[in-house]
Amino acid sequence: MKLSKIFRDGIINDNPIFVQLIGMCSTLAVSTNVVNSVAMGAAVIAVLVGSNLVISILRNVIPDKIRIPAFVVVIATFVTIVEMFMKAYAPPIYEALGIFLPLIVVNCIILARAEAFASKNGIVASIVDGIGMGIGYTIALVVLGAIREIFGAGTFLGMQVLPASYQPAGIFIMPPGAFILLGILIGVFNLARRKKSSSKA
Amino acid sequence: MSIPAILISTIFVNNYVLARFLGICPFLGVSNKMETSAGMGVAVTFVVTLSSIITYFIQKGILDLLGLQYLQTIVFILVIAALVQFVELVLKKISPSLYNALGVYLPLITTNCVVLGVAILNIQEGYDLVRTIFNSLGSSIGFTLALILMAGIREKLEIADIPEVLKGFPIALITAGLMSIAFLGFGGLV
Repeated sequence: MKLSKIFRDGIINDNPIFVQLIGMCSTLAVSTNVVNSVAMGAAVIAVLVGSNLVISILRNVIPDKIRIPAFVVVIATFVTIVEMFMKAYAPPIYEALGIFLPLIVVNCIILARAEAFASKNGIVASIVDGIGMGIGYTIALVVLGAIREIFGAGTFLGMQVLPASYQPAGIFIMPPGAFILLGILIGVFNLARRKKSSSKA
Repeated sequence: MSIPAILISTIFVNNYVLARFLGICPFLGVSNKMETSAGMGVAVTFVVTLSSIITYFIQKGILDLLGLQYLQTIVFILVIAALVQFVELVLKKISPSLYNALGVYLPLITTNCVVLGVAILNIQEGYDLVRTIFNSLGSSIGFTLALILMAGIREKLEIADIPEVLKGFPIALITAGLMSIAFLGFGGLV
């Protein structure tokens, strides 16, 4: 498989949020604004690339029967590293992400990539796959975060973008807004993919 | 917080699924049928409560004593994974009928963020043992409640006329959003 295809698959054809529909918890929870979305995306990319790399290196050493616990330990190690790093260098973001930072351990995206890709493929391909999937996740998160921030608070990256007379629709920031918006976005993504495939055929 | 307040808060006001976004994967994944939802709910309640008690003792007895708090994530997830395996083995030996009913859900629970989330939140909130137990019970009952309500709605949705692109996951998410609005109504209770 070509590396560029692996990379593109992660972002578009197999986008973890819009197509594979995994890793929903953190997506819904941290996407209240763009800054949090980017920070969470970066954390997931770091963990995903690290765990894919290590698991790919160890793929012939890890016995098949205990592979899941072994994967989980590798992932948990990288999550702890990212957690400590954020706590030291970006305490406000660490506070904002809260419980969802340690919960990257149980984010299905990372275990799914370890099981489905890194344990079967070479080191370079696994790293590319990690970056692609991570960016795909980040894009979904940022789109959701941007819409929620603009309509829910009238700002983008903390700057006022809508006129001050705009009454922010708080529902976008609250949990119901996250559910409904993500549902609609997946619907739109499905529509776009269908248009594309029907125009090809 | 008093114990009744913890229960009401975790079941209704701060429902883990609808207000805190924990356990969305099983919430959307297994909420197709009423029976499977109830089975998943019971299995989660059992594992969450047991794992919270065990992680409480590990945190107080080992990690805090030795100053190893930074190992929390790794230790907790290993304990949960081992516990789930252990529960599976014990159930198989002691009660084959219960095992048959819950067996398929047990492996899924390891990666359910409710389990790890509740264990970590109990420590963060500084709950004592009794509050830990009731917080775990309440949150898993809240999870079960959301799961069963969702299953009830989705059984009806199957025969509804929905635009093709929204079928399945998208409409389930929108439904969850509407349920979440309804749960906002509990806001003033605690």
